[in-house]
Amino acid sequence: MAEPMRIRATMSGDVADVKVLMNHPMETGLRKDSKTGKLIPAHYITDVTATVNGTKVLDAGLSGGISKNPYLGFKVKGPKAGDKVVVTWADNTGDKNSAEATIS
Amino acid sequence: MNALRRNVLKSAAGAGTVAVAVAAGLMKPTLALAGAPRSAFEAKNVGDALKGMGATAPADSKDIAIKAPDIAENGAVVPVEVTSNIAGTTTIAIMAEKNASPLIADFDLSGGALGFVSTRIKMGQTSLIRAVVTAGGKSYTAAKEVKVTIGGCGG
Repeated sequence: MAEPMRIRATMSGDVADVKVLMNHPMETGLRKDSKTGKLIPAHYITDVTATVNGTKVLDAGLSGGISKNPYLGFKVKGPKAGDKVVVTWADNTGDKNSAEATIS
Repeated sequence: MNALRRNVLKSAAGAGTVAVAVAAGLMKPTLALAGAPRSAFEAKNVGDALKGMGATAPADSKDIAIKAPDIAENGAVVPVEVTSNIAGTTTIAIMAEKNASPLIADFDLSGGALGFVSTRIKMGQTSLIRAVVTAGGKSYTAAKEVKVTIGGCGG
């Protein structure tokens, strides 16, 4: 499932404002299918890491309590315009995805 | 006699080294994880979640700002923004106290990342949103109540 992930990174002063939008169903495993009455199996992102120019800035642990198609925003002090941001996630089924963007 | 004593000493020293090595081996994975272990995410109440994170008695702090709506119309998508003005903030965790699993996410910050995270969470019902911040090995906390009205069903 290599659905697109969107990253926007902009500089404001000396702080890079990074916004990430991931595509994921984020099923908790507690919800029931309204037609069959069966539980929908859990399927959610468990780990998100972000690097700026190869330096790790964020290592997040997530749970099914995060909304569908997770949004994540964070700020990093120090980078310059043109630096590369890479965001990677992994979910509980072993699925992975990664995307990169340039700070503008 | 002497030789025996030497042997005993030797084996004792050997066992000691092994114990130290095991302890070091055990310590490493916990250090590498840094933030909350997976078990903390499965905790069913706030106390257990805090314990799982290793933050049993966080101090209340006014330096943590939680930005979230007072009333959330849709519990499936509640925007939450946490800003920590505590110097040396390394971890920010977000909890919804009355969710089936209160711990929603934890963020380890490094490499110049500021004490700020913004995301969207699910909430089962009206509850306090709690932010737990770790800075310099100490834990701090702040909370904000968000009322959840279940859209269309007259909640």
